[in-house]
Amino acid sequence: MASESNMVAVPSQNIPSGPPLTGGSPDKAEAIKDFLRAFLRHKSALIGSIIVLMFLLMAVIAPLITPYEYTERSQELLAPPSADHWFGTDEMGRDLFTRVVYGSRISLWVGFVAISGSIIIGSLLGLIAGFYGGWRDSLISRFFDILLAFPGILLAIAIVAMLGPGLNNALIAIAIINIPTFGRLMRSRVLSVKEEDYILAARAMGMKNSRILWKHILPNSWTPIMVQGTLGFATAVIEAAALGFLGLGAQPPEPEWGTMLSDARQYIQLAPWTMIFPGLAIMLTVLGFNLLGDGLRDLFDPRMKR
Amino acid sequence: MVKTEMLAYTIRRILMLIPVLIGMSIITFAIVHAIPGDPAKTIAGEKATPEQLQEIRESLGLDKPAYIQYFHYLGDLLRGDLGTSLITKVPISEEIGPFLAATAELTAASMLIAVFFGVNLGILSAWRQNSWWDYSAMLIALIGVSMPVFWLGLMEQWFFAQELGWFPSNGRIDARMEFEGITHFYVIDSLLRGDYAALSDVLMHLILPAAALGTIPMAIIARMTRSSMLEVMRSDYIRTARAKGLSEFWVIYKHTLKNACIPVLTVVGLQLGLLLGGAVLTETIFSWPGVGRYIYDAINSRNYPVIQSGILVLATIFVVINLIVDLLYAWIDPRIQYGKE
Repeated sequence: MASESNMVAVPSQNIPSGPPLTGGSPDKAEAIKDFLRAFLRHKSALIGSIIVLMFLLMAVIAPLITPYEYTERSQELLAPPSADHWFGTDEMGRDLFTRVVYGSRISLWVGFVAISGSIIIGSLLGLIAGFYGGWRDSLISRFFDILLAFPGILLAIAIVAMLGPGLNNALIAIAIINIPTFGRLMRSRVLSVKEEDYILAARAMGMKNSRILWKHILPNSWTPIMVQGTLGFATAVIEAAALGFLGLGAQPPEPEWGTMLSDARQYIQLAPWTMIFPGLAIMLTVLGFNLLGDGLRDLFDPRMKR
Repeated sequence: MVKTEMLAYTIRRILMLIPVLIGMSIITFAIVHAIPGDPAKTIAGEKATPEQLQEIRESLGLDKPAYIQYFHYLGDLLRGDLGTSLITKVPISEEIGPFLAATAELTAASMLIAVFFGVNLGILSAWRQNSWWDYSAMLIALIGVSMPVFWLGLMEQWFFAQELGWFPSNGRIDARMEFEGITHFYVIDSLLRGDYAALSDVLMHLILPAAALGTIPMAIIARMTRSSMLEVMRSDYIRTARAKGLSEFWVIYKHTLKNACIPVLTVVGLQLGLLLGGAVLTETIFSWPGVGRYIYDAINSRNYPVIQSGILVLATIFVVINLIVDLLYAWIDPRIQYGKE
C-alpha cells in the first residue's frame, strides 16, 4: 500500500499545481502548454469543461438571455412549451426557462461555496493529521469516521433539521458532510509526500515545519484535491437539489432546481415539462462536473484511474 | 496464524466502532439540543401555548443541563428506548419495525437490480471493448452516475405509471387489497400465505422505486466490472483458457467473473450508504412507507424525536453493514494486510 502511494506522489511534481508560487519559469510554462494540449485531446475533459462553461456563462449573463423576471407571473398557468415560453410555465404562470437559467446561479454558487469550505477545512485537518500524527491524527481521523458513518444526505438532513431550513443552512450542511472526503485525501497525500527524499533533505537542513508544510507539502498535494474538488462539485449540486426537493434547502420563490422539482410533483401528469427541465439542468450540470473531474484525474495522474 | 490474525482484526474493527457510535449519538443528540434559540419553540411552532412548551421541555428533558441530558439520552438508547413520537405518542422502537422492513425490502430489490444489470452491462462492455455495445453501455453508466435519484423517480412515475399505466405509481400494495403483515416484508409475507395475486401486486409496486434507487449503484458497478474484467481478461490464464479452446462465453463467465468479483464486492458495500440515503428521496416520491418516508413526514411535522431516531437507526445499520463488508472482504482476499490502513 505504502509503496504504491509513494509511486503516485512522484509524477505530480512535474505537473503544474495551481498558479506558480514563484514567478513562471520556462519549464513551468512548457508544462502548462503540454497540459493544455493533452486537455484538449481528452474527450471527457473537453466535453465536461464545455458543459461546465456553458452553465457558468448562463449563470453570469442570466438577465441578458431571459425574457422575464424569475418571479414574474403571467396569465398562462402550466402552459406547455411555446415560442413565448420555451420551457413552458409553472403553476403560478412563471416562465420556466427564466427560472431554470437563474437556477444555475444558485446551484453553482452552492456548489462553489460549499466545496471550497469543505476543501479548506478538510485539507487543514488532513494536513495536521498527516503531518503531526500522534493524538492529533487519532482525534481528527475519528472525527472523519464519525461524519462518514452517516449516509451523506442523512447527515445533511440532520444538520438542516437542527439549523432550520434555508439555502445558507443547506450550504453549511453540504460543506460539513464533504469535509472527510478532502480530509482523508489530504492526509494520505501528506503521509506519502512526507517520506520523500527532498522533504527529508529540507528537514535535515533545519527547515521549519511550517515552511515545509507551505513550501513543499501543500503544493505537492494540491492536484488530487483539485480533481476531487471537481467531482465533489457534482455531488454538492445533487445534494443541494435533494435538500431543496425535501423542502430543506432554498425556499420559494427562489428558482432552485430541487425546489422546482418538488413543486412540479403535483402536476407531473398535467404539466410534465415543469419536472423535465429543472431535472435535466441538474443532470447536465452534474454530468459536466463528473466528466471534467474524470478527465482531470486521467490527465494529472493516469495511475489514479479507477 | 491467519485465523488468529483474522480474529484480532475482527476485534479491532469492532472496538473501533465504539467511538464512532458514540460520535453518532452526539450528532443525533445535537439535532434537538443544539437548535439555536429555544428548541421547544422550534418544535412546537409559533402558536404554541406555554403549557405545550412546558410539556415538550419535560418530555425531551430540555430543562436540564446539556451533559446530563446527553447521558440520559445515551442511557435511553442503550436500553433500546428511541424516544416517543410527538404525533402518534407511540414509542419509536415499537412503531419503526414495519418502516424498517419496507426500507430493507426496497433496498434489497434495488441492490439486486443494480448487481444484475451492472455486472452484465460491465461484462458486455469488457467483452466487446470499444464496440458500439461498449460505448452505449458506458454512456448509460455515465448518465446513470449523474442522475439525481429523485428526478429519475419522478420521470419513471410520470412515464411508466401515469402515461403508460404499466405500474402503480404509489405505495407498496393496492390499498383495496386486504393484507396483514407478518414479517412486514411483503414479498415474503405474500409467499408465506401462498397469495400469488398479492405477490404480483407487491412486485409491481416494487419495480419502479427499486429501479430508480438502483440506477446509480448499477452505473458504478458496471464501470467497476468493466475495468476489472478488462484487467483480468488480459491476464495469462485467460489466454491459456482461450487457447485450450474453451468457448468465449464459458471463458468470460466462469473464469473472469470469479476473479473480478472482489473489487465489485467492495463497490457493492460502498454503494449501500448511497442506497440508504437515496431511500429517503425515493420513498418520498413513491409514498413508500419506509424509514425514509417516516423521517420525511417527521421533518414536515417537526416530529424531532422521530427525525433523531430515524437517522440514528439508518446510520447504525449502515455502519454495521460496512463492518460486515470489510470483514468479508478481508476474509475473501488474503492479500489484505490486517491491522493496516
